[in-house]
Amino acid sequence: MTKRSADHATFVIERTYSAAPARVFAAWSTAEAKAAWFVGPAGKWSVLERKLDFRVGGRERVRGAIAGGPVTDFDACYFDIVPNERIVYAYGMHLDDRRISVSLATIEFKPQGTGTRLVLTEQGVFLDGYDDAGSRERGTRGLLDQLEAALRQAA
Amino acid sequence: MLNYEGAAPLDLVFQALADPGRRVMVERLARGPASVSDLAAPLDMSLPAVMQHLQVLEASGLVRSEKVGRVRTCRIEPAGLRKAEAWIAGRRAMWERALDRLGEYLAAQDDPAHPRRKS
Repeated sequence: MTKRSADHATFVIERTYSAAPARVFAAWSTAEAKAAWFVGPAGKWSVLERKLDFRVGGRERVRGAIAGGPVTDFDACYFDIVPNERIVYAYGMHLDDRRISVSLATIEFKPQGTGTRLVLTEQGVFLDGYDDAGSRERGTRGLLDQLEAALRQAA
Repeated sequence: MLNYEGAAPLDLVFQALADPGRRVMVERLARGPASVSDLAAPLDMSLPAVMQHLQVLEASGLVRSEKVGRVRTCRIEPAGLRKAEAWIAGRRAMWERALDRLGEYLAAQDDPAHPRRKS
């Protein structure tokens, strides 16, 4: 039987690109451009389905198969779109038929010189402790190693 | 439950462990739960100062405390830290990869002759 759990977390990632906000935004708003970079692990993942209806209330679906592993399913709904400035969408992630997380993603495109500072904020609930295709375990191991090293240094 | 308000969680952990007094508190809690006055006993500091250090430890996710009646009991919280930290690490890794590729894609648009060049 599945052990039920719900863990909440928030994180922020920032990147700076030399391209102007309109061009960075376009890479998120058109299906063709997004297919060039929004993909699973290189060499291990093949796309099964890709649909993007980029408008408020529109859906996005990206399904793919990890070689020798589960089918990944990204299912999103767009809630806020301010051209060249902001995108807010909610999305669920499935591995095969297990829902592993539901998140709210906010992407902000801020002019910086002639380029763009992209700020991505993800707020999510991680369900039933499922392993995110192995990355959760790797994350745990890395963290515990660092913590252990810090405590050893402190001792 | 952990709520980092967007701060990098590992930074908070290291920040929490950067203080010798807080390390004494963590070492004490690693041996088992303790009250705030237990934690304060070996330290040369006031109870309000201990409470402040406790707040930093709680914000880092390393320690959890619970008040029952007039006694606040503190315990180390490796399990909660492990779960949320690991999830963040996994999802961050996914986004870092995707945003790297976005950078390559944007650079390739600038320079179609060298489609894999990084910006």
